[in-house]
Amino acid sequence: MVSYVKNLISGNLKGKIWEKLSKFLQKNPQNPSGTSKNVRLSPVSGSRYFSELKKCTIIPGDGIGPEISEAVQKIFDAAKVPIEWESVDVTPVRGPDGKFGIPQAAIDSVNKNKIGLKGPLMTPVGKGHRSLNLALRKEFNLYANVRPCRSLEGYKTLYDNVDVITIRENTEGEYSGIEHEIVEGVVQSIKLITEDASMRVAEFAFQYAKDNNRKKVTAVHKANIMRMSDGLFLRCCREMAKKYPDVKFEERYLDTVCLNMVQDPSLYDVLVMPNLYGDILSDMCAGLVGGLGLTPSGNIGINGALFESVHGTAPDIAGQDKANPTALLLSAVMMLRYMNLNDHADKIQHACFDTIKEAKYLTGDLGGKAKCSEFTNEICRKITQG
Amino acid sequence: MSVIARNVNRLALQVISSSVRSIHCTAANATAGIEERPDARTSCTLIPGDGVGPELMHSVQEVFKASGIPVDFEAYFFSEVNPTLSAPLDVVANSIQKNRVCLKGILASPDYSNTGELQTLNMKLRNALDLYANVVHVKSLSGIKSRHENIDCVIIREQTEGEYSALEHEGVKGVVECLKIVTAKKSLRIAKFAFDYATKNQRRKVTAVHKANIMKLGDGLFLKSCEDMAKLYPKIEFEKMIVDNCTMQMVSKPQQFDVMVTPNLYGNIVDNLACGLVGGAGVVAGASYSANAVVFEPGARHTYSEAVGKNIANPTAMLLAASKMLRHINLPVYGDMIRNAVEKVIRDGKVRTKDIGGQSSTQEFTYAVIANLEIPKAAKAAAV
Repeated sequence: MVSYVKNLISGNLKGKIWEKLSKFLQKNPQNPSGTSKNVRLSPVSGSRYFSELKKCTIIPGDGIGPEISEAVQKIFDAAKVPIEWESVDVTPVRGPDGKFGIPQAAIDSVNKNKIGLKGPLMTPVGKGHRSLNLALRKEFNLYANVRPCRSLEGYKTLYDNVDVITIRENTEGEYSGIEHEIVEGVVQSIKLITEDASMRVAEFAFQYAKDNNRKKVTAVHKANIMRMSDGLFLRCCREMAKKYPDVKFEERYLDTVCLNMVQDPSLYDVLVMPNLYGDILSDMCAGLVGGLGLTPSGNIGINGALFESVHGTAPDIAGQDKANPTALLLSAVMMLRYMNLNDHADKIQHACFDTIKEAKYLTGDLGGKAKCSEFTNEICRKITQG
Repeated sequence: MSVIARNVNRLALQVISSSVRSIHCTAANATAGIEERPDARTSCTLIPGDGVGPELMHSVQEVFKASGIPVDFEAYFFSEVNPTLSAPLDVVANSIQKNRVCLKGILASPDYSNTGELQTLNMKLRNALDLYANVVHVKSLSGIKSRHENIDCVIIREQTEGEYSALEHEGVKGVVECLKIVTAKKSLRIAKFAFDYATKNQRRKVTAVHKANIMKLGDGLFLKSCEDMAKLYPKIEFEKMIVDNCTMQMVSKPQQFDVMVTPNLYGNIVDNLACGLVGGAGVVAGASYSANAVVFEPGARHTYSEAVGKNIANPTAMLLAASKMLRHINLPVYGDMIRNAVEKVIRDGKVRTKDIGGQSSTQEFTYAVIANLEIPKAAKAAAV
């Protein structure tokens, strides 16, 4: 009720009195349940009317997953983000058809909340079931994978000023999974490119560039050797480029991008590409800024969005409080931006970057000695003080 | 039978030439050490290529002329973007087949075709000659500023099948299928080539680059072929790496790689990446091998068409490719001479082209190389 009133007020009127009143309301959150999760209103509720507590699915994952998920939740609590977590387990269960798959409860949760955060998942090798990542991708129609790679101040790599966003088509291409052995010793794998999917990802890329004030979109392709399939992808990008005249558009061959990226990463801004190229380039860009432990990732789909850390489960350090939660935390920050909670996102991101920059509490992978909990506490301290 | 006959001939020739050499090997005839085959001139097919190719070839020819190398070039203009002037494919292929050696610039491949042709001219030439193995030796050059040092890896790439099969169709409008073909025969052949190369060049390790976790059958077959071949070479360490991880390792710790064997597309990616690490497309040479012919060309295939006529392209890659070619046709002294001169010019750092941080022109660089041409000490000693 209070939140409703406050939103009506702050949404429409900006008088001083109303401001005071809204502050007053904010100070006294009527929280009958008395839990620690305060029903806080987003301070930027300027033009928005939803400031209800948002539910959000969290899949802690395997290995170091639970630790880093806990770290992220702790930081979110410190920043008073209006999110309620719903933790689900995706350990494969045998379905009615006898095949192993994601439990229905997990699927229902993501479908209901439309948004999720996922830690690393272990894919058992050779157990005859598909990788869970792939299954989740299919289940929620996650068509675009976004991976921003930015050089972090304080963590020195050989490459400075990397600021690249890779956007990868996630549902078809080389990973369509259609393969067969025609005669013994001759295999054909089919790479599938469709106009719908290419258009969809191209539109997403341009819209993303526009929303995030990026200057340029580069379509990465190999249409000189795959003239029809990559040609189709390229044509879709060109067509979409016409609808976004403010965003600069260029086309580059995959090999040219690889060559130039390691020489001068600042040549590129937003990259959009089919599945395989995206897979390779996004990992390469992560390598430029210091590995998968520092790069967030988001999967945008029709039925929702899933943000994840793409590093491994690191079973060797699991449970020892040594893991680095940065990738998952930054993915969670991406999630906040997706939910339009930009102020919270900025706050957490600054605290995280500052902590890494100060280099007092760095985890082992960044060359420090701090524990995951110390790193987390430092970020929390920065958030509550700043 | 023919093999025996050929070998007998060769043996006979060697006996003759060595006896000739021993006769003439006196202090008075100091150049005899250089002229391994004094009377024979080798002919070599030359394809200038598109973009800056002709300028680079001109530079190579200048150096060849200046050092009096007994090689005659058979030049053919061969191009896909300029089809009216281009020599026919079979003529060029026959010439290479006959000479068994070719120096080639980069051919531009447009991303469309007015006639609906799916194969590029490059692919057609490779298929016509069955140039199945592309070898690029990426090595840090002292004098070129780069982020990583001491890189020394060889990338061996299968280049006749895989994604470059040019089998595509549009079943219904807006849905394109593109076939990637992997065969056991060609996978085994490239794996054998890689292991043989490693053995011959005293390399320790072969890394197979793949994506078999996703393309279980296609890349799986390639990987299995490599594994099978690895068993036959117990002295060489064998390792597998998924392509995305490989690129990540490449940019963070490239020194760990030795010989890499890859299917077609991944090879293209890793080639270019590695070239970028040591100074760009202008400084790395490569070669494509078939069972009986070799085409020497720059390692990263870029036409650099924006620099045409500006006299700014770096001829290093082409000169090093030519040096490799000389080595291949058993003129190693000339080969070393060019290689040493190029390395010296780069090391001295006075004459640099734009891509490696200087202001010099292609021509100035070429003249600097010519000025530094020097008969290697070993050859001098042999001559004396």
